[in-house]
Amino acid sequence: MLQKPDSLVTLDNAGIHRAGRWLVRGVSLSIDTGEIVTLIGPNGSGKSTTAKMALGILKPDEGTIQRRADLKVAYVPQKLAVDWTLPLTVRRFMRLTGHVSVHEAESAMASTGVSHLAGAEVRTLSGGEFQRVMLARAVARKPNLLVLDEPVQGVDFSGEIALYDLIKRIRDEMHCGILLISHDLHVVMAATDRVICLNGHVCCSGTPTVVASSAEYKALFGARAASTLAVYEHHHDHTHLPDGRVEHGDGSITDHCHPDDGHHHHGSEGRSDA
Amino acid sequence: MLDDFFTRAILAGIGVALVAGPLGCFIVWRRLAYFGDTLSHAALLGVALAFLFEINITLAVFGVSACVSIALLLLQKKGTLSSDALLGLLAHSALALGLVVLAFMTWIRMDLMGFLFGDILAVSRMDIAIIWLGGAVVLAVLAIIWRPLFAATINRELAEAEGMNPERVNIIFMLLMAAVIAISMKIVGVLLITAMLIIPAAAARRFSSSPEQMAVLAAVIGAAAVVGGLFGSLEWDTPAGPSIVVAALVLFILSLMPLFSRTKTIEMAKPATETQKGTRP
Repeated sequence: MLQKPDSLVTLDNAGIHRAGRWLVRGVSLSIDTGEIVTLIGPNGSGKSTTAKMALGILKPDEGTIQRRADLKVAYVPQKLAVDWTLPLTVRRFMRLTGHVSVHEAESAMASTGVSHLAGAEVRTLSGGEFQRVMLARAVARKPNLLVLDEPVQGVDFSGEIALYDLIKRIRDEMHCGILLISHDLHVVMAATDRVICLNGHVCCSGTPTVVASSAEYKALFGARAASTLAVYEHHHDHTHLPDGRVEHGDGSITDHCHPDDGHHHHGSEGRSDA
Repeated sequence: MLDDFFTRAILAGIGVALVAGPLGCFIVWRRLAYFGDTLSHAALLGVALAFLFEINITLAVFGVSACVSIALLLLQKKGTLSSDALLGLLAHSALALGLVVLAFMTWIRMDLMGFLFGDILAVSRMDIAIIWLGGAVVLAVLAIIWRPLFAATINRELAEAEGMNPERVNIIFMLLMAAVIAISMKIVGVLLITAMLIIPAAAARRFSSSPEQMAVLAAVIGAAAVVGGLFGSLEWDTPAGPSIVVAALVLFILSLMPLFSRTKTIEMAKPATETQKGTRP
């Protein structure tokens, strides 16, 4: 894959090998300025590993990663436990990894709606408040690449929609590239430009359809939510066997799994251009 | 003024407390209490080697502690044993090695108790110079690495993703720990150094609303414990090192009293605090 001029990070056939097995392999993707890329996939499919490669935390054992020289990353990790022994207010948390002026911190907190929490201790926040504070901290850094690892976990449904709205607004206002990891295979945000489905490798990628088509989702989230949440459905039609081979839906077994080997059958609801 | 052994003891003790407080905060935040213990146990091996090769005790202790922390880092990377098993292995092997080496040197008559529990009343002007100069260097380095070290304490991957080098600051932090143990061994002894690191930091927690404030408060509380402990030791004729630790413990217990606690009322007003913490992923 050739690097495009406005690409922030480009992974080319990248893979991580640990303890005798490939956590993820053959991942090629790029994140451009102003683009939201969502990674979905089942547990252990290598979403976080892929994100960590893009972040530069993990060095690929195979393939290459190109990061733009002026890349400024802000990262919202999946887990961040603040111990009781640590006195940490939201205000102090805002300048955790770099200098942020009082004004920048205040406007970032205002943009995610947590100004009133500035003096609160981080460990006393609720799940939704904490995610907003983490987003505010990331925004205050003025990054050109924002990486969000499951930003809506521990947040209720209405909070989830509001957070997705917020992420879209951050992209629109800051025009940064966003790499989003979603724990929910079926719900991805409408503003996502590209969805990449991982299952140890890139299973498929494509643009999500904006409108949720399935009746269950409308029933779950309501009509308002249906316009915000997009459904990108497909079925995992193959299983990775313990020995690394792949059993496909039609019963055949191959050594490798490639999106174009003719064994994949994707649901018609979601468009996939893999 | 420095001719008086008691004044020298107070100066040396305060010097150690000022360094141990801020560093101790990181020990508490990072849950490294057992790591501090390991390094201080290894200090006895440093003492034995210092006698064997006739080198400066402080330098030898620093060297051994530094080696143990590097060994720990390397063994952790291999990931064969869990961290606490590794710490136990290193701590007690180093302690036992130190005692065995000392036993071999039959020509040396040394006061083991002095190293185990400190000999603050015997500090020389040279000791004070080492403590204050070494302490100043440790605090200066800590101030330089403060931001990345603190960020890596909150979340290592976040710090690394946002352009910091957690591995480097971790190594520097371990060397600072080794330095603090080397300079404070004479004051409270190898068995009680961890107490000087942890208790003042723990006592400072309730009165602090920022990490920097907690570091400063821990230093002040540690210094108060040194003064209180030494005067108590003079008054009741108790061993100086343990008396300092007991004084620190008293300050910690006082910090738990509702009368002194500023944050107590806030926590009472927010009973949901703990449950929310539990549910947050």
